[in-house]
Amino acid sequence: MSIVTLRVNGATHEVDIDESTPLLYVLRNDLRLQGPRFGCGLAQCGACTVIVDGVATRSCVLPASQVSGEISTLEGLSSDGQLDPLQQAWIDEQVPQCGYCQNGQIMTAKALLDRNPNPSDAEIREGMEGALCRCMTYYRIQKAIKRVVTE
Amino acid sequence: MSTTLRLPKAVEDALLSVNPSTSRRNFLKSSGALVLSCSISAVPGGNVLAQVAGEGPYPDPDYLQLDTWIVIHPDNTATFFVGKTDGGQGTGTAFRQMMCDELDIAYDTTSLVMGSTDTTPDQGGSGGSDGIERDGWPMRRVAAEARRVLLDLASEHLETPVAELTVSDATISAGADTAKSVTYSELVGGQRFDIALTGNNINATRGMADVKPVNELRVVGQSIQRYDIPAKVDGSLTWAVDVKLPGMVHARNVRPPVAGAMLRSIDESSVAEMPGFVRVISRGNYVAVICEREEQAINAARQLQADWAPPSEAPFPASDELFDYMRSVTPMSSHEADSQGDPDAALATADRVIEADYEVPIQGHTAIGPAHALADFSGGQLTIYSNDMKSYGLRNGVAQFLDLPREQVRVVYMDGPQVYGRTAADDAGFEAAFLAHELGRPVRVQWMRDEETAWDTKGPAYTFKLRGGLDADGKVIALDYDARALDYNHLGYNVPDTVLIAQLMGIRPESPAEGRAATPASKYAIPNRRLTAHVVSLPMIWETPLRTGNLRDPNGPQVTLAFESFIDELAAEAEADPVEFRLDMLTRSPEDDLFRRARSLAAVRAAADAYGWDTRPSPNPRIAATAGPILPGRGIAYTYRSGTIAATIAEVEVNRETGRVWVKRLVCAHDCGLVINPGGLRQTVECAMLHGVSRALWEELQFDNEKVTSVDWTSHPSLRHSDTPESIDVVIVNGDPKPDRPDLPPYGAGEGGHKPMIAAIANAIHDATGVRLRRPPFRRERVLAALKAYT
Repeated sequence: MSIVTLRVNGATHEVDIDESTPLLYVLRNDLRLQGPRFGCGLAQCGACTVIVDGVATRSCVLPASQVSGEISTLEGLSSDGQLDPLQQAWIDEQVPQCGYCQNGQIMTAKALLDRNPNPSDAEIREGMEGALCRCMTYYRIQKAIKRVVTE
Repeated sequence: MSTTLRLPKAVEDALLSVNPSTSRRNFLKSSGALVLSCSISAVPGGNVLAQVAGEGPYPDPDYLQLDTWIVIHPDNTATFFVGKTDGGQGTGTAFRQMMCDELDIAYDTTSLVMGSTDTTPDQGGSGGSDGIERDGWPMRRVAAEARRVLLDLASEHLETPVAELTVSDATISAGADTAKSVTYSELVGGQRFDIALTGNNINATRGMADVKPVNELRVVGQSIQRYDIPAKVDGSLTWAVDVKLPGMVHARNVRPPVAGAMLRSIDESSVAEMPGFVRVISRGNYVAVICEREEQAINAARQLQADWAPPSEAPFPASDELFDYMRSVTPMSSHEADSQGDPDAALATADRVIEADYEVPIQGHTAIGPAHALADFSGGQLTIYSNDMKSYGLRNGVAQFLDLPREQVRVVYMDGPQVYGRTAADDAGFEAAFLAHELGRPVRVQWMRDEETAWDTKGPAYTFKLRGGLDADGKVIALDYDARALDYNHLGYNVPDTVLIAQLMGIRPESPAEGRAATPASKYAIPNRRLTAHVVSLPMIWETPLRTGNLRDPNGPQVTLAFESFIDELAAEAEADPVEFRLDMLTRSPEDDLFRRARSLAAVRAAADAYGWDTRPSPNPRIAATAGPILPGRGIAYTYRSGTIAATIAEVEVNRETGRVWVKRLVCAHDCGLVINPGGLRQTVECAMLHGVSRALWEELQFDNEKVTSVDWTSHPSLRHSDTPESIDVVIVNGDPKPDRPDLPPYGAGEGGHKPMIAAIANAIHDATGVRLRRPPFRRERVLAALKAYT
């Protein structure tokens, strides 16, 4: 076990963990964040996605001890009760069905739009390709992203 | 009398006063009103005392008490308590809308509690898309009864006959005199109704009031946004995966390395020194490792050394050999349904006879979030936090499994990953309960990805043989349908012996499940027909990863793929337009009590109109003249699910160089009768269709003859963003012969849009290419091989 320092949603945390502990379990079980979720543990589905220094990152395979940058989770997207435009678009388009994967969808979309504020339809599909949804809300996810792009 | 009433604790908590001395009658006395005229004895058969039974903190909420369903709060808001669950298809929002209308209260001033066994009456949780269709009726009737009681109370309070009272937004007024009004909360806020209901089962629950006619519904019919979505997009919702309890530990299962393996021994020293190790718990062939932290449990479960004896013979054939096996074995049971005429004679004299075999592989639920549950056994009481959509069945089954009184077991239903039927959420609930019971600490279980994909319950594989005869005019005069379904160890309900942990411990039913093999749902006029279906089994029946469990219209997509593909083949043989061919067969069929003939005709026409269908036979005559790799095509499929009609048109592009099928456009004409929430309906149907697209293009469980080899999202692909259609239209149809009738019922909407999807895509691929694919999923390599074989 060793002390690992993490910056998450603007706050600094110190946790005493084994160095190999994936970031996901630290966020969920030590910091009690509920946005990122376990989906596969293999970086295949995206449910655990967080943003590290602007890059959408799969927290289920990334050892927390290797993260030195600024981590943003779903909870950190809104501030002072003000939703991120993506979150508002998700509500306006009534995107989620069960909602379990939507953390990964929103965080992947956030990193995509921060990198490319005006993506084409093809770029949206390509950028979102790794985020799986078993309720199949893809059509509404893409609509919500386009809504943010055009607004 | 009130002192004997047993209300759910949550209801008691919601009421300001649980002291019978402050019941409504006393309140009315103290407020100067007359004693209310309605009483429990006025309701025939309303013996609430008879419902009180059992020992323990979690008795069954009594559905024959109005207070169990509805609480009016002092601030003139209301909470509804219903025994259903909502996997995200908006049924919770719809239930609120229905109850608001009957109660005459504004939607925004209400809330809804669902599916927790000690809090809400047992409506069975969810399943069969019957939440709105069946369970909405008692909800509407109890809300109507509450309104009736409130009107009676107001009549006394305002000294005005009920007939002269009006109700709006939970306020009752006497005629035009606006000063003469009273709110619901002034009448019963924080108080019990103390009104007994009647009904010999929960679906029959009612009071003395009738529900409103459809034309008086105001909240029903609005596209109100789902109340659960904001907390799902800002991260604030606490899901079943999120619950943390003091002293909680984490468990991970260790599954047999091959199906049917017997555990010989466990070397606990292989993990005992690992950080956070708590214990290995095993019984029979069930093994779990428990550690203080989640990642420790994952690591320890991977590292645990155990000695397993493989079974003496292969538990099942490999997936590549499955269909041959299914066709070769003697069925366990057979049944014939809806047969008529003399199909053999008609086929013998038909002008043309065609024959085709279809196959559908095993497909799984494969939830995006693997199965999970948290169980807490303390003080002799067991609480399970779970997203199992059959929370009541989980409670009943676990109580039996652990030999605990039912009243000492409860399931707290919480949100979780998608549930289209009987998933491993049930298994995980049993596992967490068993481990918590053994350990004496709260135990959280979550399956790993490979476990979920391999061991979750499956939709049954099918084989089909169809023969059909056309007369000289190209009309279908005979059909012989013969299906085999691999459905022999089916996850049950309320019982422990079909869950995986029990079977691994050797607890099994005395005989295999009856299983189900289904016949098609259509209203086509086919004068001579035989519809036969058989259940077949695999060599290994118990503790198998190929166990079945209801998967979204459990047999419908498979059967409809075969049947609606074959109808398309007959249409092509008759050189008829596929829509015209279907309309002709529907036109000649008899009506039934659900008006499915009339509504089927309306749905098929509406789909064709919305799509802009041009009348011509399939395949597309322009295939030969098409330059480049992309071949466009369109296909239709129609079916019904209970009372819901769906006609779906898929437009595809088939790349003849790569074999890729892109479903470019979807149109679904959907008639589910009374629509509670049009927006929610469209969203549900859209996702149901895309789930069908995923099953049509990607999903297939693969296995060798001892274990499942589909274990992650690479070896078991699912639909992705790049597969998303360019446009999706859901056309809401009301094809009822009397569309404005006051008693128009709602039918279920969770599965109708899913059911015809694979068939519509198969028909579109045939239209595009001239090649008939009779075995999903239509992955590139399979499409390419079929195209090559054809040319």
